[in-house]
Amino acid sequence: MANIRTMSFDAVIVGGGGSGMRAALQLAQSGYKTAVITKVFPTRSHTVSAQGGITCAIASDDPNDQWQWHMYDTIKGSDYIGDQEAIEYMCQTGPEAIFELEHMGLPFSRTEEGRIYQRPFGGQSKDFGNGGQAARTCAAADRTGHALLHTLYQGNLKNETTFLNEWYAVDIVKNEDNAVVGVVAINIETGETVYVKSKATVFATGGAGRIYASTTNAHICTGDGVGMALRAGFPVQDIEMWQFHPTGIHGAGTLVTEGCRGEGGYLINKDGERFMERYAPNAKDLAGRDVVARSMVLEILEGRGCGPDGDHVYLKLDHLGEETLNAKLPGILELSRTFAHADPVVEPIPVVPTCHYMMGGIPTNVDGQALTIDKDGNDQVIEGFYACGEAACVSVHGANRLGGNSLLDLVVFGRASGMFIEKQLREGINLKDASEGDIERAMEGLNRINNSEGGEKASVLRAELQTIMQNYFGVFRRGDFMKEGIEKLNALRPRIENVVLEDKSDTFNTARIEALELQNLFATAEATAIAAEGRTESRGAHAREDFQERDDENWLCHSVYFPESKTLGKRGVNFTLKTREAFEPKIRTY
Amino acid sequence: MLNVSIYRYNPEVDSEPYMQDFQVDTQGKDVMVLDVLEKLKTEDPTLTFRRSCREGVCGSDGVNISGKNGLACITPLSEAVKGNKLVIRPLPGLPVIRDLVIDMSQFYAQYEKIQPYMINNNPAPAIERLQSPEERAKLDGLYECILCACCSTACPSFWWNPDKFIGPSGLLQAYRFLADSRDTATEERLANLDDPFSVFRCHGIMNCVQVCPKGLNPTKAIGHIRSMLIRSAT
Repeated sequence: MANIRTMSFDAVIVGGGGSGMRAALQLAQSGYKTAVITKVFPTRSHTVSAQGGITCAIASDDPNDQWQWHMYDTIKGSDYIGDQEAIEYMCQTGPEAIFELEHMGLPFSRTEEGRIYQRPFGGQSKDFGNGGQAARTCAAADRTGHALLHTLYQGNLKNETTFLNEWYAVDIVKNEDNAVVGVVAINIETGETVYVKSKATVFATGGAGRIYASTTNAHICTGDGVGMALRAGFPVQDIEMWQFHPTGIHGAGTLVTEGCRGEGGYLINKDGERFMERYAPNAKDLAGRDVVARSMVLEILEGRGCGPDGDHVYLKLDHLGEETLNAKLPGILELSRTFAHADPVVEPIPVVPTCHYMMGGIPTNVDGQALTIDKDGNDQVIEGFYACGEAACVSVHGANRLGGNSLLDLVVFGRASGMFIEKQLREGINLKDASEGDIERAMEGLNRINNSEGGEKASVLRAELQTIMQNYFGVFRRGDFMKEGIEKLNALRPRIENVVLEDKSDTFNTARIEALELQNLFATAEATAIAAEGRTESRGAHAREDFQERDDENWLCHSVYFPESKTLGKRGVNFTLKTREAFEPKIRTY
Repeated sequence: MLNVSIYRYNPEVDSEPYMQDFQVDTQGKDVMVLDVLEKLKTEDPTLTFRRSCREGVCGSDGVNISGKNGLACITPLSEAVKGNKLVIRPLPGLPVIRDLVIDMSQFYAQYEKIQPYMINNNPAPAIERLQSPEERAKLDGLYECILCACCSTACPSFWWNPDKFIGPSGLLQAYRFLADSRDTATEERLANLDDPFSVFRCHGIMNCVQVCPKGLNPTKAIGHIRSMLIRSAT
């Protein structure tokens, strides 16, 4: 018997970051009974670490800017497997979503005219790539994520959203029709396990950068949503596509915003050469992130890396002057002094490509409805289940995300999910109740960990997993190597399933949470590995030494990973725009 | 070997809190206090603390480090170790849930009291509300607060009246909205603060300024609020 308490809501959002709180705000304003389940206090979510800004054609820097140019850049940046319909929706709706945030109080930096300050970011152009570099990233100094997340939390306080802070969602509850009818969750402070029942369950659980040893991501980015979806038998899409940010601080992994290069900083090798001029003669240091990251790794592999071990390059900022750095990049000065022991005012920052963003995730449509693929290859909506933000793959980033597009993605699609659910609730949602057995099934993983004995510690297993992913599924990938990596993951799987929880106490038991997170990390890592080995081409962030060319004939499509068979399928990319003809794939150069 | 002494308390097994001593091999490196905690947790998974971003922006890991409140993730041992000893306790003045994890409800309640959101009932324009760089500059040093509670839990006035005195963090945020050219609720905000406790329990001790890991100055913001209150009374 599943002898646990039930709490009922119209809508439950799992995750208190940017997309979750934007969705929650929409629903709270509509008056529906909404709760946010978040494993950390909302302003501790990883959105807080976003620095450089939120890209959107609000026509402040350039009064003639057009959202269509932003759409073109995003499609090109995605290496043509971003869904054009979703990208069109994001770029067109974006300005409205940004102005809403400003009206809510977001403290954007300003221009002399009093408008929102915009800075140049990588992959941005005017006039469909023909008009030179654009400056389209709206910024609050270099603390845009912090400003955005706090503003959204404040908006939710104003609208009296219910927060279940420091609660951890364990698994999805499905009814007999395979519809999602809530989650089983733990109140971390008391240890109580509760069935949180809902007519609409939104996963806004963020990324999973902690599958890699070196990552810009917070400790909490453990792929909980992807893990839960996979355990429920739902597929994930383009999960092989991981962005390595060019500028993570060497050794520490902490992020240094692309805004540094937007403001005029550039990368140099040990000879002091501005090497991006060779790899991307036009955009130079503001080429796509995948392009810059690969160029850096090549410099290092060819012996032009910096430092005693030649294992990083330098980001030079001192030529911008102390005044500009203090005004535009104050947070970077702090981070570099603290973690690199380098003062950017006088010396360069040691940087190296570092795992940063999960382009793949739970496939959804533009309304946030999660999708699966039926046996005839058609999209099928999963009733009751929604996703937005980094956990989702809607897909606006395709094979490579442009800087500043993640914050826009989470605001636009958090909002879209909220609006769509509101409409559905108004029309009436009728899902069958979960049976006792349905709830018990969602508790199996938790019960196994609660009853564990004799296994290995989560911390040891986690470190091993991160090392495998770092070594075998990094910036450059090779088939035989990845097969070896998959073998190692296969050997690790039973050990991770058998993880021991020695501390069985109820009060704020973080060891229990870490053992559960480890299961999600593994599920995400395994899907990544199988999808990466399966996509036999190079596209965007997925660069294979054994298949160096983009293969549009076979792979101009999404990959879809099915957890039950552990196999890879394909799903068509959307090439249907509402406002113009689609952008046909072209060779991608910067 | 570094001597580390950590406050331990699990209400399910301990009748009272105690200090537990550990020895940690830091290999002579000047790592962060959080690195030491993480290392100890791999050996003793029962050791309990909050952490997330590990770069000083999420505000999860405020603790008392060798007598001074700060964020474990951006406090290097070179600043925290005295006589080869590191002492880590929970932030003082609020109830302890377990080990270094405190119950922050009172702290958050004070934040919520100041109406920490933009109030402007004028119809919004089709674009953003305009704000000059000079007006925007008034928010610098205010909006960056990460709600870590290092300041409020270092404040004797907050220890004494955590239910009635807003505390430095909440007041910094109160002034963030008072100072915002886009906010129109100045009178209402001041009226809400106009009692003997909310603001005036601040005695200018300035512990808040000393400990703020973001280098912010709540005392200065409180001074501005005082002036505004006095001006509005005359």
